[in-house]
Amino acid sequence: MNKFGYRQWIIAAIMVSVCVVYIIRLFIYQVVDDTYKVMADNNSQHIEIQYPARGLIYDRNGKLLVDNQASYDLMIVPRQVREFDTLELLSTFELTKEELVERMQACKKYSSYKPSILVSQIPGDKYATFQEKLYRYPGFYIQTRTSRKYHVTHSGDVFGYTSEVTAEQIEKDPYYSPGDYIGASGLERTYEKWLRGKKGKKIVLVDNKSRVQGSFHDGEYDEEAVVGKDLHTTLDIDLQDYAVRLMRNKKGGIVAIEPSTGEILAKVSSPGYDPQLMVGLERGKNYRALQADSLTPLFDRTTMAQYPPGSIFKTIQALIGLQNGVITTATTVPCHGGAPITGGRFMKCHWHDSPVTFEASIENSCNPYYVHVFQKILEDSKFGNVRDAYGEWRKQVAQFGLGDRLCPDFINESAGFIPTQEYYDKVLKTKRWYASYIISLAIGQGELLITPLQMANIATILANRGYYVTPHIVRPTGDSTQAPIVRHDLPIKREYFEDVIKGMERVITQGTGKMARADSIPMAGKTGTVQNPHGDDHSVFIAFAPVENPKIALIVYVENGVWGSRYAAPIAGLLIEKYLKGKISDKKKPLEKQMFESDLVHSKA
Amino acid sequence: MNNRPHNLLTNIDWISILLYTILVLMGWLNIYAATYDESHSSILDFSQRYGKQLVWIAAAFGIGFIILLTDSKFFTAFSMIIYGGMILLLVLVLIVGEESKGARSWFELGSVRVQPAEFAKFATCLAVAHVMSRHNFQVMRFSNLLLLGFLLAFPAGLIILQNDTGSALVYSSFILVFYREGMHGSILLLCFVATALFVISILYAPFVVLATILCGALVAHYYYRHDLRETLFIALLLTALFFLGYLLRWLFHWDITNFHLLLGAYVLISVASLYPVYKRKLNRMVLLLLVSWACVGISASVDVMFDKLQPHQQARINELLGVIEDSKGVGYNVTQSKIAIGSGGLTGKGFLQGTQTKYNFVPEQSTDFIFCTVGEEWGFVGSTIVILLFLAFILRIVKLAERQRSTFSRVYGYGVASILFFHVAVNIGMTIGMMPVIGIPLPFFSYGGSSLWAFTILIFIFLRLDSNRLQVFR
Repeated sequence: MNKFGYRQWIIAAIMVSVCVVYIIRLFIYQVVDDTYKVMADNNSQHIEIQYPARGLIYDRNGKLLVDNQASYDLMIVPRQVREFDTLELLSTFELTKEELVERMQACKKYSSYKPSILVSQIPGDKYATFQEKLYRYPGFYIQTRTSRKYHVTHSGDVFGYTSEVTAEQIEKDPYYSPGDYIGASGLERTYEKWLRGKKGKKIVLVDNKSRVQGSFHDGEYDEEAVVGKDLHTTLDIDLQDYAVRLMRNKKGGIVAIEPSTGEILAKVSSPGYDPQLMVGLERGKNYRALQADSLTPLFDRTTMAQYPPGSIFKTIQALIGLQNGVITTATTVPCHGGAPITGGRFMKCHWHDSPVTFEASIENSCNPYYVHVFQKILEDSKFGNVRDAYGEWRKQVAQFGLGDRLCPDFINESAGFIPTQEYYDKVLKTKRWYASYIISLAIGQGELLITPLQMANIATILANRGYYVTPHIVRPTGDSTQAPIVRHDLPIKREYFEDVIKGMERVITQGTGKMARADSIPMAGKTGTVQNPHGDDHSVFIAFAPVENPKIALIVYVENGVWGSRYAAPIAGLLIEKYLKGKISDKKKPLEKQMFESDLVHSKA
Repeated sequence: MNNRPHNLLTNIDWISILLYTILVLMGWLNIYAATYDESHSSILDFSQRYGKQLVWIAAAFGIGFIILLTDSKFFTAFSMIIYGGMILLLVLVLIVGEESKGARSWFELGSVRVQPAEFAKFATCLAVAHVMSRHNFQVMRFSNLLLLGFLLAFPAGLIILQNDTGSALVYSSFILVFYREGMHGSILLLCFVATALFVISILYAPFVVLATILCGALVAHYYYRHDLRETLFIALLLTALFFLGYLLRWLFHWDITNFHLLLGAYVLISVASLYPVYKRKLNRMVLLLLVSWACVGISASVDVMFDKLQPHQQARINELLGVIEDSKGVGYNVTQSKIAIGSGGLTGKGFLQGTQTKYNFVPEQSTDFIFCTVGEEWGFVGSTIVILLFLAFILRIVKLAERQRSTFSRVYGYGVASILFFHVAVNIGMTIGMMPVIGIPLPFFSYGGSSLWAFTILIFIFLRLDSNRLQVFR
């Protein structure tokens, strides 16, 4: 083999020549060529992130609701910070000395070489005065960005707000880096990816005082920021404003839907908050105040709150009863301030004519009538036992959009609750049920829980005589990730809806909903009073108008409003009139004033 | 047998041990500098990389010591079993391994992560040595070449499946071993030319590529013709034509590049040379012309093809080549690396004084781009010393390999030298922008226990074989 011994020299020569070439190359880079030294001496490149403006948000008529304003962040590079006028900084940005020390340490902990945000969202005027003094603050510089400008002073529950990303969110989505904003609730959160746009970057060369010297490689590696896309909501901002005013000093919620399209016209959670509070220097303080508020303004009462539906649920019972054939419109039930019901108990009711007819049962919201209906449904001979009949009833109830989340636009929406058979098996500790065990479901009490949004959807189904379209507050964006908007048809005959609606019209003309009446607008409605073990009962009202070809269906839910007729019905009437006529007739001005001024929050406290 | 420790002490190559130790310690100093942070003062801070590396180094010395105490027959006798076991581990890591940075190549043992691909190198080296030391083994026999190919393709293929193409390319370095053992020189040349052509076509401007090809052609011309005057005449003609074109461009403001001028000169000479080639029936020169034109065509088409591809397709080819994905835009890593090295100057900025590396401008600076720290803090002098130390170490191993009596030891020694050389050449080459960015570690310098241990095992097995050379016959 050693005849190839000479090849050790060739191999060695290859190795030596590669090393020689490298050493020559290094000599050129390190000793001869100055460009790299200059680049490094310039403290090299800074990557300036180009923040895109977030997408704008409009109402259904194209009115601008949310846009952006210029805002400024005070950045520091801890390593470059020298002595500076601490007192001036503290007074300019209203910081305490402890806060400043704490923040500077946090910045240093992140990196002493990389810039981090010391004070964010500085308003324009403060920026202007401080900028002139900036040269006295080595290691400090200003970064321009945009922050949100909300043109409405309410409805934080709808729009939500943005906040700085958390470490967890950065971990989850590498798009974000510390200091970025992300939609934290409401539409800002649901449509974050749509609204945020795409960050760009600019690689610039800076000198040792962080002054920009020029772009790197003529901007070859720069990326333009892409502005966020706009969002068109279905809100009618005038109606929304009006609804907020009516709900002032009351706890509760309003949801109004255009029945034919499922578009949400108004959505008010009261008390709400001004989303602008979450922008600017004070946002931390404001957020803590809102969080500490005993009236829980951050809690969305229209989609997150779950209440028993109360008497409005009787419309569903009536429809299921008619569809199952266990009652007809000719069914009557005796009731004299109540009636004995199954299980040997007595169900109370208010005084009205007896025996009660079908239409009168809705008009008067007669409890014994619906106990009778529900009992008939549960003891239907088609099913062997109450448990199976309940299972079928539960399915029918679920078709009304109950027990599951309805609207993809609200991430935190609650599903509500229709108890399953298994749930009652456990509670009752038997599979042999009797109707009397669960009879309070008959009138919308008991374990049932539904959200105001779902209640509004019930009004929509009634208005449409048997179908609803996925309720939504954002017009389709054409983005494939957006949940589809679908029409759901209920397997209940249209004529039964007409029967129930006749009763609902009587509610307005002569029954519990008289306070909602508006001249020349045919309306159908149903009041509800939900028993509240913690205080005064809740006042509920669903309605739609006009009766033929309805344009609006809504729910008004006033906590501690005692009766449906006292607050919920008049507010609903005013909203319908405002939406359909554009103004309130003189005749109802006193009622409007009364609603504006009534205070259910502070009077007792 | 009683005097074995004594034999070991006298027979072991202390120069290699010394070079190894110096390189490992220099490596640790650079990891310390690359990950240094004022807020962590103790060098024994095991939450930091330099603290951990200190543990790996201690363990590496332990491993080396154990290998020196092992009977060298163990490695010769069990070489194929070790190889088989390592292949099994490579298969296993594909199934139960941990994924990190897109490569499924780690075993997680508690808090320690082990990368079997690193250890597969010495096992393959042993297997190659075993096969090639069989009686009457001849490299140029087709069946033998096939066998060797399989031996290398097995681990390389499994490592590619782990998505760690860089580590798989290391096995191409065995071509030097085969060459030493009798493989035809033209195969080495062919491989070298093909690789060089491909790499420079992607990395460099067309002008440089063409100039390189022409230089190669001139060298080949001299090799075949043995007529220095003729070769020089052609070179002179080429240069003259080029500068004539240069002058004409300047006079008439032609809108053409240097590349076009050189190409034009080459075309003219090729056409003009057709007559004497035809007249004198210089068949070899026809071949030379054809080959050189083929090279030009290939490099141009590599270029054009690559440019025509969509960015994501280009990225895929880069991935295929084992080129590290560039997170911040094309060229960012290498530019930053060059800035760091270039700013070092003649003598460097001094230990712990590098600003570029501390800014975290260079990605992977304690692993694949550790040479940046050397270049920035120790300057040209330090970088050259490091390169020369590596060269001395590799050449020392080559020298030791040549003094072996057994083919097994010699082949293994050349394997060690080739693997080390490949790592050093590719890693340093990429930090100074002369090689594609392939993610393989710089031996002894890059952070990581697996790499350090694997090189330690690779080298110490050879030192053990070497210390035993007098007792072994063919």
